[in-house]
Amino acid sequence: MPLTGLEIYKLLPQTNCKECGFPTCLAFAMKLAAKQAELKACPYVSEESKAKLEAASSPPIRLVSLSGEAGKLEVGNETVMFRHEKTFYHLPGLFWHLRDTDGPEALKAKVAPADAYRVDYVGIKLGLDGFAVEAASGDPAAFKAAVQAVRAVSKKPLILMASTPELAKAGLEAAAGTTPLLYAATPENWQAMAEVAKAAKVPLAARAPDLGQLADLTQSLTGAGIENLVVDPVVTGYRDSLEKLTSIRRLALKKAFRPLGFPVITFPGQAKDADETLLAAEHIAKYGALVVLDTFDPASLYPLLVLRQNIYTDPQKPIQVQPGLYEINAPNDKSPVLVTTNFSITYFAVSNEVEGSGWPAWLIVCDAEGMSVLTAWAAGKFDAERITKSVKLSAIKDKISHQRVIIPGAVAVLSGELEEELQGWQIMVGPREAVDIGTYLKAMWPN
Amino acid sequence: MNVEIPKEKWTGSVRQVTLGATAAEGGTRTRTVTVGGEASLPFLTVDGAIPNRPALAVDVRDRKPEDWSPLLAKAWGAAMQDPGEWAKAAEAAGADMIVITLGLTKPDGSPNDAANVRAVVRKVLNATGLPLAVFGPGQAEIDNQLLVPAAEEAKGERILLGTCEDKNYRTIVATAMANAHAVQSKTPMDVNLSKQLVILVHDMGMPLDRIVMDPTTGALGYGIEYGYSVMERLRLAALQGDSMTQQPILVTPGEECWKVKEAKVGEGVPEAWGDWERRAIHWESTTAASLIHAGADIVVVRHPETLRRLRAIIDALTAPAQAA
Repeated sequence: MPLTGLEIYKLLPQTNCKECGFPTCLAFAMKLAAKQAELKACPYVSEESKAKLEAASSPPIRLVSLSGEAGKLEVGNETVMFRHEKTFYHLPGLFWHLRDTDGPEALKAKVAPADAYRVDYVGIKLGLDGFAVEAASGDPAAFKAAVQAVRAVSKKPLILMASTPELAKAGLEAAAGTTPLLYAATPENWQAMAEVAKAAKVPLAARAPDLGQLADLTQSLTGAGIENLVVDPVVTGYRDSLEKLTSIRRLALKKAFRPLGFPVITFPGQAKDADETLLAAEHIAKYGALVVLDTFDPASLYPLLVLRQNIYTDPQKPIQVQPGLYEINAPNDKSPVLVTTNFSITYFAVSNEVEGSGWPAWLIVCDAEGMSVLTAWAAGKFDAERITKSVKLSAIKDKISHQRVIIPGAVAVLSGELEEELQGWQIMVGPREAVDIGTYLKAMWPN
Repeated sequence: MNVEIPKEKWTGSVRQVTLGATAAEGGTRTRTVTVGGEASLPFLTVDGAIPNRPALAVDVRDRKPEDWSPLLAKAWGAAMQDPGEWAKAAEAAGADMIVITLGLTKPDGSPNDAANVRAVVRKVLNATGLPLAVFGPGQAEIDNQLLVPAAEEAKGERILLGTCEDKNYRTIVATAMANAHAVQSKTPMDVNLSKQLVILVHDMGMPLDRIVMDPTTGALGYGIEYGYSVMERLRLAALQGDSMTQQPILVTPGEECWKVKEAKVGEGVPEAWGDWERRAIHWESTTAASLIHAGADIVVVRHPETLRRLRAIIDALTAPAQAA
């Protein structure tokens, strides 16, 4: 839990020696609280105070990173219960659960397309973050071969699921040169697993179905020198998951409870009586950090990837596109001119539809501070004045032989005012929904 | 170690709204639906009581829509030809209530009118015993023209009338009060606008136990995060005691999802989107399930499979807590 300036001040020497570069210890404390100064600037701070300040400044949920040959994934370090309070920072990792019992060749055939899977969402390429390989055979040699097979076709980070130290070692040998997550230490095997994880310098998952047991387990593991932990509270369904994951997040953030201040790993496909996709969706919204899926199906992965992107968008910074004039399907002087806002989702909805319709068109993207059409209109960021300015700035007049501009149907009320502002232009009211643009142009655009 | 689970202490709760009236209450419904009443964030009964579960409503049109996805036509089949049959099919599929949305035109293409609206409402009331909502086509003037006869035809049935927006709430609220109905108060994704319209509707004399808020829904990938956060903020405000945010929340993931390409169409889309039917149902059910976690009390969907999945989730989320 971060300390306030005054709390920090109490831990400083309070001599106002100015050697830190600030006029008083209080001023320095305020800068420390605002993270605009570093404690090492104070030559006289006691070791005891230093330890307290460092403990207080460490994040309530630890940041844990995994890496593959290419690509790194960081999870944890979240600071709020609700995204509107600030933002959710580290997108939960989505992994596909594989078993060594498939054999190396079958694994390669499964992994290659899943590794290559990419889907475009508002210009961002989304895909799986990595693979979780389980030593289901119980045979170290088979597990090692399986991890090698996965690595032969994917450079993404791995989760090694091994129930004994022997299996864990075999998997880690095959994963040499990367930083996989070792899954999992339990109340029964934790000492041996801790040794293996420590020797390989990899993060370790701790698994126990009861939060008290789980806290005991992480205490034991941190005591054994393992700090990079992930916790698995073994959720059994929608409600159990919501209760446990909410409790873990509350304990970490509100009580600064270190034993559960770690990212949470979940296996939504392992819960009885739950739909894997919908439980995974719950984990994305409510406090999961690593989500291991039993199914790889683009039809369910695509919505989950989009949900993750949406929930983890910074509410203060809507994704925007550059305002200006965009050309779609090589327009000419007779092509229609459409106006929309610079909110990315609005822009992509409109440009995808126009592109898909096959119409060559000019799209003027108006600076509406990243808001959608209706929101921007309600906020006064998409009015006749702004649209007029965008049309003039775009210099579209020099590129076309007509003077017609199409505005979104949702802001039909602006047409009168626009006719006055844009003298000589014909204002056409387009459809309310982007999906109807093709039909609209066909019916309304004079060829 | 014994871990003490931190609890939230809330001072406020959401108001309960009951839709539908049985014979004893002056209507003809065989059952009613009560939503709201939560004294906690969704499903977290550790913090406070949650007396009612979210209600699932099916979006039924007054005539077969021409622009709906073929997947929906496949799911409902011939029942879509007739609002009464469609409502019956929705009841059989497990709906808690029926939303009838009126179109701008009648099947023959002429403008929708009072006589047609009365006939449709009567037909649906006769076809199902479930509580009803009747929504206009969404154009202020026409909504006013069509919702008044709808409200009169269903007098005493305690239906939910919508859409009340800042432009046209007066006429709709007046007819809802005259005929003992409830209203849907809809505003564009903003906490303060939501609150403001509830105040305006209430100021006309509408009792608070007959107002449902609709903060506007965005589909997954098309602004869900805005609606989601507005709902979380409204719910937190309600629990902290802000009176005019304490109305149950209605969301329309069915309408929003089935107009986006991901659900609506199966051709000319990227291969990475996967199987059309599975994707479409995931799109609607993932959107709806996420909104249920954000505090939705009435969820209006379109596909019967989405309805089935949401029923399963709600059953699981409201099941008595297991001894941990």
